[in-house]
Amino acid sequence: MTIEAIQQQIIEEFSAFDDWMDKYNLLIEMGKDTPLIDGQYKTNNHLITGCQSRVWLHAEFRDGKIYFTADSDAVITKGIVNLLIRVFSGQTPQDIFAADLGYIDKIGLKEHLSPTRSNGLVSMIKQMKLYAQVYKLKMDN
Amino acid sequence: MTTSLNVAALRQAFPVLNQFVYNKPLVYLDNAATTQKPYSVIKRVQQYYEHENCNIHRGVHYLSQQATESFENSRNYIAKLINAGHSHEIIFTRGTTESVNLVASSLGKLLMKQGDTVLITGMEHHSNLIPWQQLCHENGSQLLVARINDSGETDIEHFRQLLEQGPKIVAITHISNALGTINPVKEMIQLAHDFDIPVLVDGAQSIAHMQVDMQDLDCDFFVFSGHKVYAPMGVGVLYGKESWLEKMPPYQFGGEMVDQVSFERTTYNSLPFKFEAGTPNVGAVLGLETALRFVEKTGFDAIAAYENELLAYGHKQLRTIDGIRFIGQAAKKAAVISFLVGDIHPYDLGTLLDKMGIAVRTGHHCAQPVMDRFEIPGTVRASFALYNTFEEIDKLTEAVRRAATMLT
Repeated sequence: MTIEAIQQQIIEEFSAFDDWMDKYNLLIEMGKDTPLIDGQYKTNNHLITGCQSRVWLHAEFRDGKIYFTADSDAVITKGIVNLLIRVFSGQTPQDIFAADLGYIDKIGLKEHLSPTRSNGLVSMIKQMKLYAQVYKLKMDN
Repeated sequence: MTTSLNVAALRQAFPVLNQFVYNKPLVYLDNAATTQKPYSVIKRVQQYYEHENCNIHRGVHYLSQQATESFENSRNYIAKLINAGHSHEIIFTRGTTESVNLVASSLGKLLMKQGDTVLITGMEHHSNLIPWQQLCHENGSQLLVARINDSGETDIEHFRQLLEQGPKIVAITHISNALGTINPVKEMIQLAHDFDIPVLVDGAQSIAHMQVDMQDLDCDFFVFSGHKVYAPMGVGVLYGKESWLEKMPPYQFGGEMVDQVSFERTTYNSLPFKFEAGTPNVGAVLGLETALRFVEKTGFDAIAAYENELLAYGHKQLRTIDGIRFIGQAAKKAAVISFLVGDIHPYDLGTLLDKMGIAVRTGHHCAQPVMDRFEIPGTVRASFALYNTFEEIDKLTEAVRRAATMLT
């Protein structure tokens, strides 16, 4: 599935709920499906800075695609991480790098995108795009 | 409940409180971070900029003289309110942080040499920790830290033992922002003075909640921020005993703080101007006076009594939540409740509370060593002010219960 199609799918999943409480419940449930980072990578090297809760992110490059695994000690943050992983994991570096993440606004989580929020969503996106950039450079060379 | 405060009327004076967030009435419980401002303060600042704005202490013209007089009247009022010995013992700064930095830098130059020590407690806010730590790094001296016990109280016996090591300066918080603990500062100051050691008291958290008396406390320095006592941001106070301020070198250099200037040398102005380089935040200083007059008129004792009722009620209600634990259970506590529920991350709890219209602080509260002491990543902190109500505590309790159910 393309990044765009997955975003559309997530928008539909969230559109079933009007109440923010239900949306957060969905987010918390999504967090439970996060592809978990291997214990050996759960180190400070894989910690994303700028988060009030801790987020570990690992990227693996296989057959021209990037696969992300992660974890967080806060369940809402974990849900947000998984929202990103669902969209980005298994995509090519080019697509990740170029992706526009309009779905975050559409599902009503735009407030989490503000750089002043300390959940680090912005840092997570930056880190994932950074991985994409690095692997893209490796491929180009 | 018995209270002599007319809280419903008081709330009307605070425009910010009268609003909805996410379609829910705002419940503002982040007063240890900053307090809201009453109309009287907002109007005072507005009036200054509409009718009185002028640079002070240097103009011959009418407006400048009026503004200077108002500014100096604010200083006189604050000196009287906290019972300073002289009005020139009141130095206006940007806030607590700048006040502490001023003393660390200036008194540090006067007293500290390599190998010396500074004594603080284990519950200091970063702003009364890092300036001392950096001073120590710069001149090869060492920070001594008085332990805190499991209830979140300073271990006074340990504090006394550390005094025997002969620190040059003692810097202690009056009330812990993260735990709510009220330190027995009068006793601690006396202990330090037995060794002839000057004491700075960080009053950022106490100024809005109790009357402070410089002669009674006998501290050498007392610092606070305006914004935590219903006044504008960007203004704070350093009270210092005249005897120390006279001896201390200036902290910043520039206009206002000088007497005679040539290209070769400068002689400094007298107190308090020696420590007030540059144009001060005149409007905020006038707002600070208005805010403190508001608090004084409301009554320090009435405020303290009411906030104690809120604290007791908050503990009682929150205690009904399964798995809740309070971080900071000092016998003497200000109206701050730091807590965790089960294994729930404070950030998760805070996010959901926010969505229910409840403003609390989550995280380490700029007191990371305190969190390390209790081996936790942070807490959820509800902190009360004179305008909070018992109904708001009920809302907080129900919201925490609801969020905890979602998160476990």
